Amino acid sequence: MIRNSASEMASKLASGEITSVELTQAHLDRIQAVDTDVHAFLYVDTEGALTQAAAVDAKRKSGEKLSPLAGVPLALKDVMTQKGIPTTCGSKILEGWRPPYDSTVVTNLKKNDIVILGKTNMDEFAMGSSTENSAYGPTHNPWDLTRIPGGSGGGSAASLAAFEAPLAIGTDTGGSIRQPAAVTGTVGVKPTYGGVSRFGLVAFSSSLDQAGPCARTVLDAALLHEAIAGHDPKDSTSINAPVPAVVAAAKSGDVKGMKIGVVKELNGDGYQPGVRKRFEESLELLAAAGAEIVEVSAPNFEYALAAYYLIAPSECSSNLARFDAMRYGLRVGDSDGASAESVMNLTREVGFGREVKRRIILGTYALSSGYYDAYYGSAQKVRTLITQDFNKAFEIADVLVSPTCPTTAFKIGEKANDPLAMYLNDIATIPVNMAGIGGMSLPSGVADEDGLPVGFQIMSPVMKDERMYSVGASLEAALLSKWGAPLLSKIPALAGGQ
Amino acid sequence: MTLTYDDVVAKYEPVLGLEVHVELNTHSKMFCSCSTIFGAEPNTQTCPVCLALPGALPTVNEKAIESTIKIGLALNCSIAPFSRFARKNYFYPDMPKNFQISQYDEPICVNGYVDVEIETDEGPQTFRIEVERVHMEEDTGKSLHVGGATGRIHGAEYSLLDYNRAGIPLVEIVTKIVPGTGKYAPEVARAYVAELRDILRSLGVSDVKMEQGSLRCDANVSLRLIGSDVLGTRSETKNVNSLRSVERAVRGEMIRHAELLNNGERVVQETRHFQEDTGLTRSGRSKEQAEDYRYFPEPDLVPVAPDAAWIETLRASLPERPSIHRKRLQEQWSVPDKEMSAMINADVLDVVEATVALGADPAKARGWWLGEISRISNEKDVAIKELGISAADVAEIVALVNAGELTDKLARQVVEGVIAGEGKPAEVIAARGIKVVNDDSELMAAIERACAAQPETAQKVRDGHVPAAGALIGAIMKETKGQADAARVRELLLGHLGQGSN
Repeated sequence: MIRNSASEMASKLASGEITSVELTQAHLDRIQAVDTDVHAFLYVDTEGALTQAAAVDAKRKSGEKLSPLAGVPLALKDVMTQKGIPTTCGSKILEGWRPPYDSTVVTNLKKNDIVILGKTNMDEFAMGSSTENSAYGPTHNPWDLTRIPGGSGGGSAASLAAFEAPLAIGTDTGGSIRQPAAVTGTVGVKPTYGGVSRFGLVAFSSSLDQAGPCARTVLDAALLHEAIAGHDPKDSTSINAPVPAVVAAAKSGDVKGMKIGVVKELNGDGYQPGVRKRFEESLELLAAAGAEIVEVSAPNFEYALAAYYLIAPSECSSNLARFDAMRYGLRVGDSDGASAESVMNLTREVGFGREVKRRIILGTYALSSGYYDAYYGSAQKVRTLITQDFNKAFEIADVLVSPTCPTTAFKIGEKANDPLAMYLNDIATIPVNMAGIGGMSLPSGVADEDGLPVGFQIMSPVMKDERMYSVGASLEAALLSKWGAPLLSKIPALAGGQ
Repeated sequence: MTLTYDDVVAKYEPVLGLEVHVELNTHSKMFCSCSTIFGAEPNTQTCPVCLALPGALPTVNEKAIESTIKIGLALNCSIAPFSRFARKNYFYPDMPKNFQISQYDEPICVNGYVDVEIETDEGPQTFRIEVERVHMEEDTGKSLHVGGATGRIHGAEYSLLDYNRAGIPLVEIVTKIVPGTGKYAPEVARAYVAELRDILRSLGVSDVKMEQGSLRCDANVSLRLIGSDVLGTRSETKNVNSLRSVERAVRGEMIRHAELLNNGERVVQETRHFQEDTGLTRSGRSKEQAEDYRYFPEPDLVPVAPDAAWIETLRASLPERPSIHRKRLQEQWSVPDKEMSAMINADVLDVVEATVALGADPAKARGWWLGEISRISNEKDVAIKELGISAADVAEIVALVNAGELTDKLARQVVEGVIAGEGKPAEVIAARGIKVVNDDSELMAAIERACAAQPETAQKVRDGHVPAAGALIGAIMKETKGQADAARVRELLLGHLGQGSN
């Protein structure tokens, strides 16, 4: 039952073949069995999930019309607030904090009767590409427990690959949904910036952060996308326009006549041979399905990583200033005679991890007077240039594609002391955030050299998210018929699993 | 030795810069829907947004934008078609996010001016104060530092924080530097703040209560030698909570700076706090090492781009400028300059206007508000508008006097009764049994009784010593409990004693 897709589970729930309580319990059992090894979850809300499931079952029994995913369980990244449920963002500084309010994403999940199983592990404040920066220990990749599950949303992606949940919520600032999806063989979508409300998403970099769906199939991602998206008056940057018809696009999966642009700069040197091979193969499948493959150039992408590492830290240095021990979370050194300033200092010293501190320092420096123009100002100009590159490319192609990551999952600890090598992992995903457009990663097979999953990235223009779902669904179908079974059926069994 | 003010202005030219913070009277805060009502229990008017809980996001209060645009238009500013919020980053416990959302290099209103008129040795003179910018920001919470000598955070035993004020919409109005006011600098500063207050009040965008902090002025003062075009070092005086204090603070700082400069010392660039009791300022935070606020555009808020048509609608809805309004009233009422100034200084112009609007004669209305009511206000040390007597009450009393149903003396009793909380004028009259005795036969009887009681005095009057009648009139008025019309009593009495008008 837990190996089904979310839409299959939804049909079984709708037909009465299973109940949401049974389905939820099965996932809770699976978490119990395998999560000691995977460590995808920071908090499992057994009681809350079962209560919610029972309520959905009751509604269904009474004949109430329910939303498509009603009763299907989901794992929530620990960066989204959920009323009364611990929300740590993977940081010590928020240990024990229970938000008094729901994020809009959670409100929408509850409105759609999607059952929330618990909160998933992540790099502290979403800063990282491996989930090793979590203050609560790393998450392990279900394909190989000695490897990273990607980051920052490694917990959400791993929970899907380990069949602990059929759906998950991620957030993507520079690739935190798509890169974990790529290295775990799952599907992850970063919607257009402003497509999903950020209210209740604990901010890392406000102008780049975007919540989105994580799933095992393109259609599941589309169903979840429609459930959480839409205008929210509580988020000033939320787009006031109808949600793109992503479910319809995922169902039809038609690419005939579509122009698919291969970004020259996001392929080639620095990309693992097995990654490139799977990418080329996917292009052939899309061409065979009726798409026209063209090459496009985005010359300014080469500056994207550098600009990203000025903008994101700058915003984070300000966003994270509120963690000062005054109103919530950790408080250190509050003894007789200690000044507010020393309590703030000590709490931040103890409460933040190394990577977070590194970025706060970087950002504080980049915003300082005398440096602002050279750093933050220049980075914003690069951002404009990247957006222009995308605009030009979208004049030629309907969607753009690239490998999601240069490599497959690396070993835990391998890059922990080399931040620059770690940052390079996001080289292909970052431009999407810089321009605020949509991006999807779906599995394109495993690399020949290591047998680990490879991700295929599809990028679509602002509020044209349906296009990546069309292309994704088409490719997914072609790959499925080639493989005969979903990629995840090849995943090694976990010790505690059935 | 201390310098006199005349010594200071003989040698130095003051240069002013005034920053006024105005709390808008919107029902909800700048970036969330919490209430803004003053004086609630601490921390009851808060929510995830204004407490800066993780994940909470600001959204802009449209009403605050509208109010700010109105202010900009009233101050002759241009309204930017595109402006942005920015974050001003610094750590302080009463600022929940540890940054303040403000506006920095792209404010909503720029380049305006306010003309203020003051009395000079050469008669009334107008000074133009140029406004550099008007921008929106949010207020901080309030800290109360307990223990320690100074009420400051350093040395305090503990601090209490109230976030009710955190996020209240503030508008900051910043002037360009104001040179050329010479010895009138303190008066010009005061007149500017007063004019701003009147404009803001006429717009209905703020309570403009300086004593409650809904209008706060920071006065920047520097001195330079007369004839020099190099600016001196400025000090910035905060906590100036009344119009009078604005004037005192500027004058006090001018003298303090001049003393330092004359002694060859340096003026320190710093924030100073005005002390209401002494009229002096004390040193606050040094601004020598400019704090780096790391401003950058607020990424959580989209830019403000007001529609041009909307701006024109707001412009068309602006009320008459207070200075023009005053001139018009002065002409309509034919009030001498001195009386006009008296009304403005006593802050009664609006109630007088309201009283006149309800039918009272302008001179009578003015007389009541500047006379008896002001007297009671001084006596009780309660602001005129807090006394509990309204324009309608005064208009009613004036009408009763005109109709002969009250004498001036009785009317004063009615005013006193209304202020004492005995009700509306009619209720006071009924409860106190106040009525004019205008029955001549009743008065004649009283006159005869008075003459019988004081035959010698009556005789003096008969003999032509008219002033002696005062004692008789007093007795009659006393007998009739002041309810008689004294003029009529006098007329009847003199007639009775053979001294009728001739």
